[in-house]
Amino acid sequence: MVGVMHFPQTTIGKKVIMAISGVVWIGFLAAHMFGNLKVYTGAEHFNEYAEGLRTLGAPILGYAQALWVLRIIVIVSIVAHMWAALTLNQRNRQARPARYTEHKKLSANYATLTMIYGGVAIFFFIIYHLMHFTWGVAGVHPSFIATDPYHNVIAGFSSYGYVPAIIYLIALVFLAFHLFHGTWSLFQTLGLNNKTYDGALHGLAWAVALVITLGFATVPLGVMFGLLS
Amino acid sequence: MKLNLKIWRQPSQQAQGQLVDYQLDNVSEDSSFLEMLDLLNEQLIENGDEPVAFDHDCREGICGMCSLVINGVAHGQDREKIKQVTVCQLHMRNFSDGETIVIEPWRSAAFPVLKDLIVNRTAFDRIIQAGGYISVSTGSAADANALPIPKKKADVSMDAAACIGCGACVAACPNGSAMLFTSAKITHLGVLPQGETERYQRVVNMVAQMDKEGFGGCTNMGECEAVCPKEISLDFIARMNRDLISAAFRGISPTV
Ligand code: HEM
Ligand code: FES
Repeated sequence: MVGVMHFPQTTIGKKVIMAISGVVWIGFLAAHMFGNLKVYTGAEHFNEYAEGLRTLGAPILGYAQALWVLRIIVIVSIVAHMWAALTLNQRNRQARPARYTEHKKLSANYATLTMIYGGVAIFFFIIYHLMHFTWGVAGVHPSFIATDPYHNVIAGFSSYGYVPAIIYLIALVFLAFHLFHGTWSLFQTLGLNNKTYDGALHGLAWAVALVITLGFATVPLGVMFGLLS
Repeated sequence: MKLNLKIWRQPSQQAQGQLVDYQLDNVSEDSSFLEMLDLLNEQLIENGDEPVAFDHDCREGICGMCSLVINGVAHGQDREKIKQVTVCQLHMRNFSDGETIVIEPWRSAAFPVLKDLIVNRTAFDRIIQAGGYISVSTGSAADANALPIPKKKADVSMDAAACIGCGACVAACPNGSAMLFTSAKITHLGVLPQGETERYQRVVNMVAQMDKEGFGGCTNMGECEAVCPKEISLDFIARMNRDLISAAFRGISPTV
């Protein structure tokens, strides 16, 4: 296999793919979270923002063209991320077939050990989230109106005895752990870490995990506690 | 001291292994862990039993032969947590009277158990053969000070060269990954001018061989660094990643 084509087949190359696709998703999540906060500015402004996403780049670009470019980037990224995660995970399990009778972990924390489970949970959550707020599948969302995202958010979170809101909050806990290890880990994977920056990067990992997840969490919590209606 | 030992016994690579219980009395606190096993083996031999097979050589922490997982930690854990050491440097004062000690071999697909506590670590040799050397012209040795090397680089190289290739990193890693070892071997040569020439081909070849041997990938947990008796740092893994990315941009393919 020639040069650069050999790279993605190595254990390190696959991790680099995960790191780059992870960065794309961290960027996407940060922007998505920031956009969601506009829900506090009222129905009119929030719906205008949602429509604005579709007219991004107008008049040069047509309706939803820019949005579809961004969507394709995040879809390709998550597919690549999951391909690398699942193939590496399978390899790692084969590399360590026999368990120790006793095995003490000295350095690995909860977040590092649960990346794959958290990742799979996030994947199922994304599907649920699309059914809920993007496609408005009947039975998942009580009263979906394609042109009124503000209504969809409020109705979506206040329905079914708050079960959807609680699902979101649980998913955000998984996301927080994934982002905490992931943000530090991607620097290590890309070869951009050493002991000098290690502390600062752990700080960054805390910040990314907390800011993104707490930002998202305020919306379902806001609806549950009557701040938004 | 009196000890209850649970030791992995496996007659051969193909055979099934299991933990076997042994009682050992009159163990001195000042004896090393391996001396304690010697004592056990003397008793086993006296009773006409098969002694426990375990790897060891220098018994002074420099050869990298000794390789036991003790109570779930590769090379065992120094109770005072002063510093991680090799098994041969671990002393019985780190254990208490009447304690139960579980002793297992390194476990990894790439390190099959040969007998009892001895594993086959030749996979490491093949990684070295793939690029863990520098090519030099033969002839008289150059003057040691003919090539100026910045102190900082020499320090990094020496820190990496401290690796004794014991394989504790692989044993401790939940993914059976050999990245700490491979990265140390890549770094100690790659940072020096003598090893710089082959730097990118070396990393491509050694990583390719490492993958071929069936070692797992790195998930940045740091278990390897935590058990390393030579304080090899995760920094070297980051450096190896950086070099491999660089090599990919240079279009270098493996030649192994
Ligand atoms: C919300 C979307 C996601 C984001 C922002 C994200 C982000 C990240 C980042 C930054 C890393 C660190 C990569 C590295 O160290 O090089 C990572 C690792 C990982 N991700 Fe994700 N991820 C997401 C979704 C997923 C999904 C859907 C899966 C499903 C399989 C997954 C599975 C994993 C696994 C198993 C690891 C650990 C890999 C390793 O350490 O070898 N992630 N993620
Ligand atoms: S026997 Fe040589 S390092 Fe332990």
